[in-house]
Amino acid sequence: MEGFLAHLSEGTAWMAWTWQTGLFFIALALTLTLMTWLAAARPEAPRVGVLHFPTTRGDRLFLALLGAAFIHLAWIALVGGELGWASGLSLIWALAVFRLV
Amino acid sequence: MTKTVDNRAWFLVLPVFALVAFNAILPLMTVVNYSFQDSFGNNQFFWNGIGWYQELLDPTSELGGRFFAALGRSAAFSLAILAIEVPLGILVALCMPRSGTQLAIGLVIMALPLLVPWNVVGTIWLLYTRSDIGLFGWLINAVGIDFNATRNAAQAWIVLIAMDVWHWTSLVALLCFAGLKSIPDAYYQAARIDGASRLAIFRYIELPKLGRVLMIGVLLRFMDSFMIYTEPFVVTGGGPGNSTTVLSIDLVKIALGQFDLGKAAAMSIVYTLIVLTVCWVFYTVLVTRDSQEAQP
Repeated sequence: MEGFLAHLSEGTAWMAWTWQTGLFFIALALTLTLMTWLAAARPEAPRVGVLHFPTTRGDRLFLALLGAAFIHLAWIALVGGELGWASGLSLIWALAVFRLV
Repeated sequence: MTKTVDNRAWFLVLPVFALVAFNAILPLMTVVNYSFQDSFGNNQFFWNGIGWYQELLDPTSELGGRFFAALGRSAAFSLAILAIEVPLGILVALCMPRSGTQLAIGLVIMALPLLVPWNVVGTIWLLYTRSDIGLFGWLINAVGIDFNATRNAAQAWIVLIAMDVWHWTSLVALLCFAGLKSIPDAYYQAARIDGASRLAIFRYIELPKLGRVLMIGVLLRFMDSFMIYTEPFVVTGGGPGNSTTVLSIDLVKIALGQFDLGKAAAMSIVYTLIVLTVCWVFYTVLVTRDSQEAQP
């Protein structure tokens, strides 16, 4: 086991994992798993919102994540400094997307 | 026949997922990792937080200036080739013979540029436009116009755009031709009875029916041209100066030329997000249009 772990960490050294990015991807994977489970357990019909075309939960998740990425980038470009506010804004954006779109 | 829905069928996607994991997902994760760190090689990395992103998105910094300039060039290139290829493709499709041997010959000739590999296209145009031995370059000079694409930025752009138009207009034309073929004769007969002009037929019958294929064509051509690398690399190498350094060329210069993995990774992420967004918009428009056509 020890040898395997050493081998694994040596073999993936080029991927330059950090705990921060690791956490990010674990959260992303958990979200996707949760959404997949939700789609199976509680099937839904696409719904028409403010964008005037039908969207599913998956579409809304994608929009929320993409929007969050751009909100963070815009925050870095225009405001700078502490990203906590950008994350808060992203949360509001995500809530808005899931309620309205 | 009733269709049974069984979600276990999704497990059949697993092989593709494994393949994509190794050639796309893991590398993309690595790029995300790199974009927050600095490296001097030898797999040694140092945490840099959002430093690269701050530099990248600040137009006054060296990296930011480069990024926004290259982004502008990429966008300009895509717009230019779309503005030429789409109308030209429609025109070619309208002029194509509808059947018979002529059609077969036409299709073969049109398909030829699409079969040439990107780097070969680049080499062809590099030789073709050389001012000393290239047919095109030499001819233009012989007429009396000073032409040298390796020294004049505007001429380098003309060469790149002409090359892309030569390479890809066929794609738009073939898509449009397929779209035109699918219009039933009854539409044309009705138009003839109404005494519609050629222009009216195009405007009210052909163009609406072409909408879907045009959307696909524009999407394909935008993505391809926005991410173009091989042809400018071969023909101009990003030059003269930086005048044809599009995003992908600058990216490779930063990543492999300077070995600034962190900067290049941050740039890749922003680049990917832009492409993803445009893709999503096109996809949504396509799918929405389809569902609206399905229930008139």
